Amino acid sequence: MADFDIYVEHILDHYKNPRNRGTLENPDLTARDGNPLCGDEIRMDFKVKDGRIVDVKFSGHGCTISQASASILTEMIKGKPLDYVKQLKKDDLLEALGIPIGPTRLKCALLSLKVAKAAVYGLDKVRDEDLE
Amino acid sequence: MGCTRLAQEVRQDFPVLQRKVNNHPLVYFDNAATTQKPRQVIEALRHYYETYNANVHRGVHTLAAQATEAYEEAHKAVARFVNAPSWREIVFTRNATESLNLVAYAWGLRRLRPGDRVLTTLMEHHSNLVPWQQITRRVGAHLDFADITEDGRLDLDDLFGKLTEQTRVVTLTLASNVLGTVNPVKEIARKAHEVGAIVVVDAAQAAPHMPIDVQDLGVDFLAVSGHKMMGPTGIGFLWGREELLEDMDPFLYGGEMIHEVWPDRATWNELPWKFEAGTPNIAGGIGLQAAVAYLDRIGMDRVEACERELTAYALEKLLAFPGLTLYGPKDTRDRLGVLSFTLEGIHPHDIASILDLHGVAVRSGSHCAQPLMRRLGIEGTARISLYLYNTPEEVDRAVEALQKVREIFR
Ligand SMILES: Cc1ncc(COP(=O)(O)O)c(C=O)c1O
Repeated sequence: MADFDIYVEHILDHYKNPRNRGTLENPDLTARDGNPLCGDEIRMDFKVKDGRIVDVKFSGHGCTISQASASILTEMIKGKPLDYVKQLKKDDLLEALGIPIGPTRLKCALLSLKVAKAAVYGLDKVRDEDLE
Repeated sequence: MGCTRLAQEVRQDFPVLQRKVNNHPLVYFDNAATTQKPRQVIEALRHYYETYNANVHRGVHTLAAQATEAYEEAHKAVARFVNAPSWREIVFTRNATESLNLVAYAWGLRRLRPGDRVLTTLMEHHSNLVPWQQITRRVGAHLDFADITEDGRLDLDDLFGKLTEQTRVVTLTLASNVLGTVNPVKEIARKAHEVGAIVVVDAAQAAPHMPIDVQDLGVDFLAVSGHKMMGPTGIGFLWGREELLEDMDPFLYGGEMIHEVWPDRATWNELPWKFEAGTPNIAGGIGLQAAVAYLDRIGMDRVEACERELTAYALEKLLAFPGLTLYGPKDTRDRLGVLSFTLEGIHPHDIASILDLHGVAVRSGSHCAQPLMRRLGIEGTARISLYLYNTPEEVDRAVEALQKVREIFR
């Protein structure tokens, strides 16, 4: 397949062998959100100590892009200060994904970041433009 | 002429079918969402804009007269297409959604009383569900849902069980945009009329693919979108029984739809203009007429028969595919070429994405039918939907691409 392929090895690996998958008992922070149109859904639980994310788990279901992105995001933020999540931008996550994400899959790719930010800010939902 | 020959000839009329997507010749299998447009339709729009563009009903000059006549002719062509007794029963709207809202507001909101019941089905597109959900809530009426059977057909026992003396409206789709099922609307209409209910039909998915005869169906309203039958976007129509339309108040108010206006009151224009407030989509109407002419020339019986042949081929291929679950009837009886499926362990979005990499355009998701998805216990499906210009070779290409999907996720 050509170089516009998004189904590359590291993405499929995160999809098939997700890191930090599951839920946490009595999480300090938690949030969930979904894309009703495609049925993607992600929940993220955090354990926080002294402003640092000491543990994070994600659960839910959806397409390869949404789930691999959640797996990658948890690896990025585990052990980091909460401020790190607040400062993360859409492009940071897209860069970490390392594949070309067209407009049709952007919502899938960014769902995990919206959920993480919602948890950290204690919000119900984070809007797309808050990721810019 | 055989169906494959017909498809090959028809294809020449659709410029977009010549293009490549991701270095592969396009296989356009998203016809339930919208269809491609033949040159004849594109040309009709261009001809209108280049030679007689003018507003309708308002001018005495030559261009205005030509535009007015063409726009009226478009209503007449559509009336013949669905065998309406009078062209004045054809109201042009933006799409099926607007047509259904027109009925829900102009008939439902005014006529329904607290305690009345509206009966619909679990296989409706949101556009024939949400308007009735909102209107029944506003007036304190009930909305009932007929279930589906295991093989994706309407559960008629359930439907007739829920048809009561309180039922004032039965509103349902003629063909499902997810399951492909064609519902026995004629039989349902007869029973609905016995209890005094009116019958509203969403024909958005059916009208492009099978002959429609509103008199034979014996229904009261029928909604269609032009863009799903080779016409431009932004034009659709509502057919309604003249006596019902006459009896109804307008849906939108403004210019064109009035007869006389005083500061404190107004009277309404005659049908169908009473329901076409403001400057209409003139070019769209003319384009729709060209689409209807295109389909008429082939003949809707022929369109239906050839699509059935291709659907049988696609069904056979899909049903033989390992790990594939097909939703909807497994044979071509009372069924259109809308084929929704899932592959075990693979999200529908991923199926659609990988097919797109191979030039095959299919839809994935809930297809604006979330209650149906809940009923089926799934989040979404991938959907292949066929039209006249599709070929068995294209079905083969899609199946080959599905094999690639399986390889990637092995
Ligand atoms: C069965 C059915 N009803 C209604 C609609 C709505 O059509 P439109 O969006 O053109 O109003 C669709 C289109 O997807 C459909 O498939």
